[in-house]
Amino acid sequence: MTLPLVLFFVFAGLAVIGALLMIFLREPIHSALALILVMVALAVLYLLLGAEFIAAVQIIVYAGAVMVLFVFVIMLLNAGEEERTNISKLAHYVGWPLGIFLTVELVYWMLRAPVGGGASTAPLAPGDPTRDLSMLLFKSYLFPFEITSILILIALIGALVLAKRDS
Amino acid sequence: MEFVAQHPILVVSLIKVVVLLFLLMTTLAYVTWFERKVVARIQSRIGPLYVGAHGLLQPLADGVKFLFKEDVTPPAADRFVYVLAPFLALSLAMASMALIPFGPATINILGVPTHLGVANVSLGLLFLFAITSIGVYGVALAGWSSNSKYPLMGGLRSSAQMISYEVSLTLSVVGVVLLSGTLNFNDLIAYQSGHWHYVRFLPHWNVIPQFVGFLCYFVAAIAETNRVPFDLPEAETELVAGFHTEYSSFKFAMFFMAEYANMITVSCLATILFFGGWLSPFPEHWSWQLYIPGVGLLLGGILLAYDTAMNQRGVARIQLAVVTVGALVIGAACLIPAVMPIVQGPFWFLLKVGCFLFFYVWTRGTLPRFRYDQLMDFGWKFILPVSLANLVITAFIVMVLNR
Repeated sequence: MTLPLVLFFVFAGLAVIGALLMIFLREPIHSALALILVMVALAVLYLLLGAEFIAAVQIIVYAGAVMVLFVFVIMLLNAGEEERTNISKLAHYVGWPLGIFLTVELVYWMLRAPVGGGASTAPLAPGDPTRDLSMLLFKSYLFPFEITSILILIALIGALVLAKRDS
Repeated sequence: MEFVAQHPILVVSLIKVVVLLFLLMTTLAYVTWFERKVVARIQSRIGPLYVGAHGLLQPLADGVKFLFKEDVTPPAADRFVYVLAPFLALSLAMASMALIPFGPATINILGVPTHLGVANVSLGLLFLFAITSIGVYGVALAGWSSNSKYPLMGGLRSSAQMISYEVSLTLSVVGVVLLSGTLNFNDLIAYQSGHWHYVRFLPHWNVIPQFVGFLCYFVAAIAETNRVPFDLPEAETELVAGFHTEYSSFKFAMFFMAEYANMITVSCLATILFFGGWLSPFPEHWSWQLYIPGVGLLLGGILLAYDTAMNQRGVARIQLAVVTVGALVIGAACLIPAVMPIVQGPFWFLLKVGCFLFFYVWTRGTLPRFRYDQLMDFGWKFILPVSLANLVITAFIVMVLNR
């Protein structure tokens, strides 16, 4: 096995383990830590694909900003262990079949995919990938990009309004 | 040996990592000595004096003490996270050093030509910010997992502080990136080579067009590394020792080392981004500047020799004699024609980093601590708008000049 392949299996395994731990651990901080593990493992997978910019941004935005806020809020509220409840019958009866269906579907499409992964493992086009990405983002898809930022701004203002209502 | 032949990059990188780690650990220890000495002088004291000549063995004694202290884990602590936090803090602080280039020269290790620095990543600056952005967890988790009041307060404060100042830290650097158009450390330094066209004696360093950006960067960097005057996470008068109150023995030492490693990283980054990295401040055609590292070390060695002969007695004299011989030998080695071009880069780089470290210690000895609300106001209402304005103006000027 080549080195990138070994690294792929190590970090893909870490990502899966982290995701499972995130669901099964009961202390909120532990779940958050497991989620950070998933984010970092995913960043390494991006790096293996040659997408350095995406990898760095993945860590900065998700592990470095979003999850820090999660951890911060959990610390601030001093949330204790979560309690297991059996209230949601819907999840019990619909969730399992849906989950199994999704798994079967994913496995099916993965098996159908061409061996070698098609476009994803092809060497990147010569040139600066960061430049290509920014060209796409700020030229071809400028309108969706700006709309998204307005969406985030609306969410931010909404949160402020909700928080200010009491006082 | 077959493995070495098959994976030359892996083996060479490993060697470089080991060398860098050794150098970094030694430097960390002696930065603490340096800080204690300088702060002592600022406060009209003498500082460490008794262990070794000029207290030079004090870091070693401290290390031994840390190793042999009892390692207490509070019964109410979350054991796993409690142990994880110092490891996270130290390993992340050290990992960021791997991205720093120390010089332009290529050297041969086991016949493989390689540059001075562990990794040359094309997006070095972004990866450095990625590593610093996860650095918050070490402090935040330490505060939470101790399950005690003061550490929790310290951890909360520090995560809030680090999140706030990280924004300004990143924004203040974007101006430099816009000017040079790259995120790679080597290219960033290469952009700063040469001198200004109109003022010939001024080196083409980014600090001149980006002076405001540099000020914002440095203030934000001090806050990001939790140093005085922004050391609220561990304000002794209010929080005992902040997030590491419950930590003892070597786990405490790990936080301590992480703090100093972060200081060094931030100083390296300031050197690379604003002060031309390994470039010498003198014009290239002044060939005598090649002798500066060697002659400087030899002069230092002679000073040390004088001190050894005149002022030291007993064991201290032998210790200082060893240091003297070391300085003289390295100084002489720097004058060998084959070695001379290689040491130029690291010499200027480390000299500039040393100046920043001195500045850090100087602020610590001079400024009182901020109050928490002042800190937040200063970060969000002053540093952030200034660095944003700097970014907008730089972007505008770059756009006009490139037309």
